[in-house]
Amino acid sequence: MAIRDNELKHLKEMILKMASLVEVSIRDCVRALVTQEPSIANAVIAGDLLINTYDVQIDEECIRLIARRQPVGRDLRFITTGMKITTDLERIADHAVNIAERALKLSEASPMRAYSDLSRMREIVQRMVKDAIDSFVNEDKALAKDVIERDEEVDDLNASVVNELMLVMTKEHGNVVHASQLIYISRNIERIGDHATNIAEMIIYMVDGRMIRHMADITGQPPKPSD
Amino acid sequence: MVVDEAGADVLSGAAIDVKGLNFYYAGNIQALKNINVPVHHNAVTALIGPSGCGKTTLLRCFNRMHDLYPGSRYEGEIVFNNVNILADDIDVIDLRSRIGMVFQKPTPFPMSIFDNIAYGLRLRGIRKKGELSDHVESAIRQAALWDEVKHKLHESAYTLSGGQQQRLVIARALAVNPEVLLFDEPTSALDPISTSKIEELAVELKETVTILVVTHNMQQAARMSDFTGFMMLGELIEFDSTDMIFTNPSNKLTEDYISGRFG
Repeated sequence: MAIRDNELKHLKEMILKMASLVEVSIRDCVRALVTQEPSIANAVIAGDLLINTYDVQIDEECIRLIARRQPVGRDLRFITTGMKITTDLERIADHAVNIAERALKLSEASPMRAYSDLSRMREIVQRMVKDAIDSFVNEDKALAKDVIERDEEVDDLNASVVNELMLVMTKEHGNVVHASQLIYISRNIERIGDHATNIAEMIIYMVDGRMIRHMADITGQPPKPSD
Repeated sequence: MVVDEAGADVLSGAAIDVKGLNFYYAGNIQALKNINVPVHHNAVTALIGPSGCGKTTLLRCFNRMHDLYPGSRYEGEIVFNNVNILADDIDVIDLRSRIGMVFQKPTPFPMSIFDNIAYGLRLRGIRKKGELSDHVESAIRQAALWDEVKHKLHESAYTLSGGQQQRLVIARALAVNPEVLLFDEPTSALDPISTSKIEELAVELKETVTILVVTHNMQQAARMSDFTGFMMLGELIEFDSTDMIFTNPSNKLTEDYISGRFG
């Protein structure tokens, strides 16, 4: 029996519910950091359980559909994409939890100095996750490609933030603990950007069947062995 | 162009090349429309499509089965070993020994297992008992049936199960060393275990024989074939590697058919 349209719709709804919870986690872990409000950080940590549950349920539903309906073509690409992007969404939520845990540690410290690059990186990454999910919803490979291209700026900003914080640690001994926590946070934000990139790469596969993961660029050409 | 993993054009050495084939049944009913398709050497090629799409009609062109029905007519070419097998001067008996056919329902002859296989060999002039036995054993082994029948070669072929009968028929076709085997829904009358054995057999046989299979079962095409052609209303809609057809077909009609949205 062929896969039913309502089964695909149900799967898509589950993925979107999970994605919206992940977006809330990212937003709130940053809020927890900025406001130094422990209750917000604790809510992010507690909320991870539901995200993990969705991850398992979506995998189970995908496996069921593969076993029972033997999907092919677009349906197969949609389901395999669903399985892979929920893994990335789950990892994004784990990074949000890490940030929330560090926000808790920092909540008792004096208010933090603002680091503009960190703030800029957070803005870009939040947008990347949102756009990656939108590209899934609308099957928009142009938007997915745009998400992938933004990752380079995130990597650069992370390097810049880490350098700045290392300098702080060498010059301001009283801020070593603080700065080291922020380095971890910067790293977590950068990893969220990587996962948003993974999602966007899978959307391109889902839409037109081109697998561009691990490619030297997004032209779809594999890197030469000498690269 | 269909390329393999190394990027080579894998269709350049087609065993059979169908060029501009039109076929008409009696009464001038056109059943095939401008079919162009390669059948690649040492590969399994599957033809899929809804009932009445022309896939069995196309399969039967390859060994001129339509000649048995008056009023049918071919246009175009089917080139096999540099010869157009649709030409009037083709010896169809010889053609059918080089391009064998296995039908939907097993069709053993009403004789012993041994004689089913020996029948075609005797017609070819092989009479010596020892030589005949060697050929029979070899064909039955090739069809992965030897261990099941070696102790009862002189019993009636009808004592075998449906799946065994179908492998016996394949052995009978293999005995005369065909270059191509045509399978017309070879497992639709068989249970899942027998179906699996026939599919595995086809994949093993492609080392020595080119195989063309018509199947209603899309999962079967996905499991056993290297290339797949999708047909509809007498036309070949899409032909590509089976990997591409089942993961990323280029034609929406193919997509809708393989995903069960029509047909």
